[in-house]
Order: sequence, then C-alpha cells, then structure tokens
Amino acid sequence: MAARVLSTQEMKIASEDDVVLVRRAVRALAERRGFDSFASAALTTAVTELGRNIWVHARSGMAIIEELEDGLRPGVRVEFKDLGPGIPDIDWAMAGGNSTASSLGLGLSGTKRLVDDFQLQSEVGRGTSVRITKWKRF
Amino acid sequence: MQSGQIPILRIGTTLLASIQIELRDTTAQSFQEDVLKAIEKSRSRGLIIDITGLDMVDTFVARILTDTGRMAKLMGTETVLVGMRPEVAATLVRMGFSMQGVHTALNVDEGLALLAQLQGAQGRA
Repeated sequence: MAARVLSTQEMKIASEDDVVLVRRAVRALAERRGFDSFASAALTTAVTELGRNIWVHARSGMAIIEELEDGLRPGVRVEFKDLGPGIPDIDWAMAGGNSTASSLGLGLSGTKRLVDDFQLQSEVGRGTSVRITKWKRF
Repeated sequence: MQSGQIPILRIGTTLLASIQIELRDTTAQSFQEDVLKAIEKSRSRGLIIDITGLDMVDTFVARILTDTGRMAKLMGTETVLVGMRPEVAATLVRMGFSMQGVHTALNVDEGLALLAQLQGAQGRA
C-alpha cells in the first residue's frame, strides 16, 4: 500500500472526556476530507468504541490520527495504543457477543464491520494496539 | 456526575425526553436514572425518547437506551425511541446491534400515535 500520510496527530486518552475529544477530531478530519454522513458516523462510532476500550480496560493510552491519501482517494487511519492488560484470547474477543466489561461485546467485532481495514495486536501484560482505516467512497 | 442535563417534559400521560447534547457515558447513565425517577413521579404511561440530536450512537449508548426502555416497561411504561438518523440506524445494524426492548418511530408525532395505539390495545385487553 503506497498511501501517503498527509498529517499525524497524537492525542492521549486517559478519561472519558479524552475519548470525546478524539471522536471530535476524527469527525472534523473526516468531514474536511469529504466523507459522507454514513462513512463519518461509522468511523466516529468505531473510534468511540475503541477509545472507550482504552479507558475501561487499560485506563490510559494514545490515539494516533493520520490523514491519508492513496492516489486521489482520501482516507483516515486511527491507531489506538495502550500498555494495559492485553487480550488473552483475541479470537474469543473478536467473535462478538463476548464482553468482559460493561459494553455489549459487540465492540471489537462490530467495529471491524464499520471500517475498511482493522488490525489488532495484543500481548498479555504488554498492551493492545488496534489500527483502523476508512477510505472515502467515490 | 451531573444530573438533569437532558430535559424531560410531561405531556398528559406521556413523558418526552429530547437528547440534544453530545452524550457521554456518565450523562447517559444519569439520564437513565432521571427518566425512571420521572416515570415514578409523574405516573406517566408512555415515554418518548427523541434522539434527533445524536449524530452518533455507539453500543454503550444504544445499550443504555434499550435498557431504559426495558426498565420503564417493568414500571408499566412503554418506550418509543424516535428520530434516529439514517446514518445512525445504518451503523447500529452493521455493528450487529438490535434495539430490543423499545419501540421505534420516525418522529415525535409518529411516536405519540404509536403510544396511543399501544395504550388503546392495553385498555381493551
């Protein structure tokens, strides 16, 4: 993938308010790059789910928001990183309907369905990284 | 936790709560408690939750809304969720979420009509 990164913004997530700030930043970027309301809602919902995961499971972490361009196509990539407990069984966590905290258990599997690319890496005791990418539709 | 950020109005035997602010988890939780207390106090028989103002509903907020409907039901009140935007409906369904426990309608008018219908059916039973 020869997508160019046009800009990068790092934001910390250590509270519920931080999740709201990350969501607003991603929405503003998506709208600026011409995402329609459906794509924008899908992306901001995914960002909210993953941002909440950080402060619920790991208490703190980072969101790295990247503005992409692949040829003429604009995209947004957001990576969520934490040094929390990690996910012991990724297949189980991704299966859907499973939840360890107060959410529905649709968080990870549901989020994956909202974006074009979803990369999850996790190591128990080391932390978790989830990277999502959404491209503008033509 | 700040309570009362979302106004809950009484119209006859119906309560109308219109969510016009960006919902945080804690606001959503206090809203649920406020609604249930308002139902007890007003003895209303129907509840309409208007989410026209929400441009995003994640699974946490969706769960709070459906749980609120199920809790209201235990108190004898039917809940109609109205004003869901197309992109919100599309996102929730793509995530695999079903709004079990609440009725839905396009807008407040349709919601009131649905409540009248539900209450009429109860009255005849």
